[in-house]
Formats: sequence, structure tokens, C-alpha cells
Amino acid sequence: MPEGILCNKKTVDEKSQLDALLADKSGKQYYEEMNHLEVDSDALWAAIQKTCKSRIRTWLEICAHCGMCADSCFYYLANHKDPKQVPSYKIQSTLGELIRRKGKVDNAFMQMCMDTAYSKCSCCTRCGLYCPFGIDMGIMFGYLRGLLFSQGFVPWEMKIGTGMHRIFRAQMDITTEDWVETCEWMAEEYEEDWPGLTIPIDVQDADIIYTVNAREPKHYPEDLAEAAILFHVAGENWTVPSEGWEETSLAMFAGDWAACKMQVESVYAAMDRLKPKRMVVTECGHAYRATVIEGPYWAGLPSGQTPIESIHYVEWVAEALRTGKLKIDPAKKIKEPVTYQDSCNYIRNGGLADVAREIMGYIAEDFREMTPCREHNFCCGGGGGLNGIGRYRPERNIGLKVKRDQILATGAKLVVAPCHNCWDAIRDLEEVYKVGIRWSFLKPLLLNMIIVPDHLKPTEE
Amino acid sequence: MYDFVSGPLAWLSFIIFFVGIIYRIIWYVRGLDWQMDRVAYRPHRKYGIKGAARSIFYWLLPFGTRSWRYYPSFTIMVFVFHFGLLFSPLFLPAHNIMLEQAVGFGLPTISESAADVLTILVILAAVFIIMRRIALPEVRILTKPYDFLVLAIAVAPFITGFLAYHQVGNYRVMLTAHILCGEIMLVAIPFTKLSHFVLFFMSRAQLGMDYGIKRGGMKNAKGMTW
Repeated sequence: MPEGILCNKKTVDEKSQLDALLADKSGKQYYEEMNHLEVDSDALWAAIQKTCKSRIRTWLEICAHCGMCADSCFYYLANHKDPKQVPSYKIQSTLGELIRRKGKVDNAFMQMCMDTAYSKCSCCTRCGLYCPFGIDMGIMFGYLRGLLFSQGFVPWEMKIGTGMHRIFRAQMDITTEDWVETCEWMAEEYEEDWPGLTIPIDVQDADIIYTVNAREPKHYPEDLAEAAILFHVAGENWTVPSEGWEETSLAMFAGDWAACKMQVESVYAAMDRLKPKRMVVTECGHAYRATVIEGPYWAGLPSGQTPIESIHYVEWVAEALRTGKLKIDPAKKIKEPVTYQDSCNYIRNGGLADVAREIMGYIAEDFREMTPCREHNFCCGGGGGLNGIGRYRPERNIGLKVKRDQILATGAKLVVAPCHNCWDAIRDLEEVYKVGIRWSFLKPLLLNMIIVPDHLKPTEE
Repeated sequence: MYDFVSGPLAWLSFIIFFVGIIYRIIWYVRGLDWQMDRVAYRPHRKYGIKGAARSIFYWLLPFGTRSWRYYPSFTIMVFVFHFGLLFSPLFLPAHNIMLEQAVGFGLPTISESAADVLTILVILAAVFIIMRRIALPEVRILTKPYDFLVLAIAVAPFITGFLAYHQVGNYRVMLTAHILCGEIMLVAIPFTKLSHFVLFFMSRAQLGMDYGIKRGGMKNAKGMTW
């Protein structure tokens, strides 16, 4: 059975494998090897028989081929209503066909499935809201990604991502020491402006355990400092775990369910170890989806819930504003028109639409909704791992047009985007289309607006 | 022929129909898997029932969901088609006379002319649905011969019934054809896409539970806005 050195059915569990993948620039060799990767039809069919149960089989079978899902898909709209972008067509011609052929498919078919699953669907699950039968094609594409992963047909970056999770329990190569040092560094860096500021590590029985996206310590450590300052001003008793601090899951995008389990269990272990009252997740959509919404199922928790109550950062902000832990200086509220990017992962799939509006009520004078919005909002164009895959960059950039037009229609030049993928996608759409918009997480905006109690201000000498 | 079609064959078709749909329901429910579907159905039954009920209710309501409102003309056709499809055979006087003879009770009936109007509406809606299938590229790409076959199976009893009632052609032959078509439809329901007769409710309930239990239902008291 021909398997590549880099592109194969094996999981990436050793640092040497990971380094070899990383050394292969843009995955050139990886994708070349993929052209020769053999499909193990028996294993594929066995996996389908074991995991494809009545829900997905019924979805595939009863689809009335009515086309009502067409206009729900931002890819369909962004590609001039290309019929090949109709969600039902996309899933029927991939997963549907795979099952009809009982797994007896060739390399070209598997690559076509991979291309479809990663460049034509962000698993935003909006189509499921428009199908009379409740056929959720985003869920099915997630399932298909799992089958593809098991056969080695996964984009290069995603394969690396799963390796990172398996080795570092983070989507990037950040060790426990790196993380702890970053926390200490940020606390020191900002201590002068914020006397008494700390980033408490591994404190037992705190009210809040704060967990992040690895990009924050790696690329935007100020985000961590901002979170610390806001907790500090709000007077929270909080901590970060030295291990189990990473919420994201490229493994979820890649369909590596075993790595998904490992990743979330590291967070749940931190909960068990430190016994905090509840967890706050940073401003990231898929991280919250992975660890709070889907994670308990991967970890086999029958309640479907995290070991302790877990909330998204927007829930914490709304609560802090509501209870007066954070107070906004009315003079500093956002005066210009501003809109809010509803993240699919915690708005449509997490029920937090009202919470987001509550925050905007506190901080913005001219809040403008996108159309559509809330649960029905369009994906930013970068969800489902699409931001990070070089092979499908052109397709992703076309997909961004829908969000671009939605934002422009509001008249707002500022977009509040409390989600890393949305934030990136909006940054990229500005880079590609140059429409003159700005984008921001909540933390920097809040820092400019809050009233700081005198006792927390630095003493002037 | 007529006696056989309206006698033993009718019984057989009803038995296949009922056993078939019950089997489909049981198969569906038994195939739900909390860990694979990633929905904790049992521990949060209350949220599940609420989510399922909302999911079914709003989708049974004409223009009850954003999707129904988005495609108004198709929505009207879909509802007219299904309303006629379900209610005219169920409450047709002739059918209920036969039902009373067979099992000793009948359902309330609508007038013959109301049934006639419903039948014509079903046929017209089917024509519209076929035209839409051919005309719209996003529907055409999904369409397979099987879709036309399923539609034909569903509409054939209405066409033959209409012709028989209005005594077009040989009444006896047409009536036999009508009964046969009805039986084909009944038998086809559990075995084809027409199984959405029951699986619509199952699938809608499942997604409703999914949103009601896992995807936001516990944080958003209002529930999913369908």
C-alpha cells in the first residue's frame, strides 16, 4: 500500500514527523505524494458503516433536491450562483457518492472530496437553517473531513495542525515553559501602568480559569495583557493553567477526532486540577465551539457539558458591564457607526446573539446590524480552517466578498469581531479588496472606554 | 381485477405502508447516537422536546421560517401540494365509505367539489414543481430521474382519481388504475424519498434537539429563530 513519507494515513505524534512536514515548503512534496496515496476502501467502508448512523443517512436519503439551500450558502452567492456551489450538490457529489459506492473510490475522487470540503464549505451550518428537512450540510462536511483525514487526504496545514495538538496540546509549538514565560513577561511589561497587575498561574479554587487561543501567546501577547488588565479592573479572582490553556482545535477542522479528544481533555484536566468555579474562553469562535460545545462529546461526558460551567468572553464582558464590574465612560463610547460580526461558532451554534447585542448597547452609540445577522449571519469566509490553507487561498478570497458587501451595506467602517477567524478574515478582506474598514476584538476597545477606579491607577511621583 | 386490487391488494399495501413507516421511525430513533451525533439527548430531555417542538412547528407553518419567507412562491406551492396530497384522500367521501365498509368507521368528509379543487391544485402544483426543477439551474443540477419518478408516484393517484371521478375513458379501468396508483404510492412511502412523510418529523426533531440542547438552546431562552 503506497504511502508517502509526509502524506500518509499515519497521525503526527513525533516531533521529527512534524519537523519534516514543516520543512516541506508550502507542502509541495506533501501534495505530490498525495497524488499517489492509495485509498483503503475496506477501511473507509468499515468506518462509514460504524459511524454513519440514521441521522446522516436520512439526511442524504430524503434530500428532496429542492435547492432551497442554494442561496443560504455564501460560496454559492460569492461565485455568481454557480450551481456546483449548491450545498446539496456539494455534499451529494462527495459524501453521498462515497456511500453509494460503498467506499470504492479512487485517489482523484478523494482529492475532489478534500477540495470540496475545504474550499467550498466552511462548515458554517447556515444551510441547515434553510432546509425544510433540517439537513445540516455543514455537519456532514465535518463528518466527511473525518473520513478524509483517516485516509490521509487532508490539507498540509491541517495535518501540521493536528500534529501540533498531538505533540504540544496547542495548535502551535508552544511549550508549557513558553506559555508560562509569556504570562510572566506580559504581567511585568504592564505592571508599571497597572500596579498590582498579575497573571496568576495555577491558582487553586479561583472564580475564573481563563483559557486562550495559542495565537495570543505566540503572536499577540498584548491580548493576554489586555485580558489580565480587564480582569484586574473588574476585580476578578482569576487564574490561567500552566497546562491545558489552549482552547482551539485545528484537529476539529481536520477531522482528527482522536486529537480533538486529547486537546479538550488537557483543558478538562486543568479544571479538575485547579477546581475553579467557571471557565472563560477568549474571543475565539471555534475554540469555544471545540472545547465547550463539542468537546464534552469527544471526551465522552454523557452530560454533553464541560466539567465546570464554561462561558465565552462575550458572556463575561456582558456580565461585567451588567453588574458594574466594568463601567464604560459615556464620553468614550464608540461614536462612529459600528457593526458586529456574528461568529457562526458561538452565535448560530452557541446561542449568544443577545449577549453580543447587550455589549454593543453599552459601548456603541451608533450600532448597525448586518443583514442578515444573528443566527442567520453569513460566515466571515474564513471559518472551518479556511483562513489557514494556502492551497485554497484563491477560493477563500472569493468567498470573502459576501462579508465585504454585508459590512459595506451597514455604512460602518469599524467591525467588532470577537473571534480570531472572523478577525483574520476581515483583515484579509481589507487587504484583498481595500474597502477602508477597520476591525477589532473587544478587549482593546474596552480598555479605551472603561472607567479605571483611582486606586488602580499608578501613583504619580 | 377490480376486486383483487380493491380487496387483498389494498390490505397488503396498507400493511406494508404501516409496518414500513413504523420500521423507519424505529430505525431512525435507534440510530441516534449521543456521542456520534454529539447531542446529549437523554440528560436534557426537556430542552430537547422544546427544541424539537419549535423546529417542527415553525416549519409546518406557511411562512413560519426565514427560508419559507425567502422563497414565497415556492412555499405556497409546497404547502398547497402537501395540503392537497394529505387532506383530499383522507377526507374524500368515496374513500370514507370504503373505509367504513372495511373497518366500521370513517373520518369526517369534505364535499366532492372541495376534493375536486384540491386535486386540481395538487396537479397544478406538481406541474409548477416540475417546471421549477427544469428551469432553475440550482435545482436542475440536483435533479435526477428518480425525483421525477417519486413525484409521478405521488401525483398519479390524483390524476387517475380525477379522471375516474369525471368518468373520462372507461370508468372501471380508470378506477382500477386509480386504486393501483394509490397502492403503489402507499408501498413506495417507506421505501423511497417519500419516507419524508414520517422522516421529515424525525429529522426536524433531531435538528431541533441539536439546537435546543447543544447549539445554544440552553443559553438562549428564546430558542433558535428558524
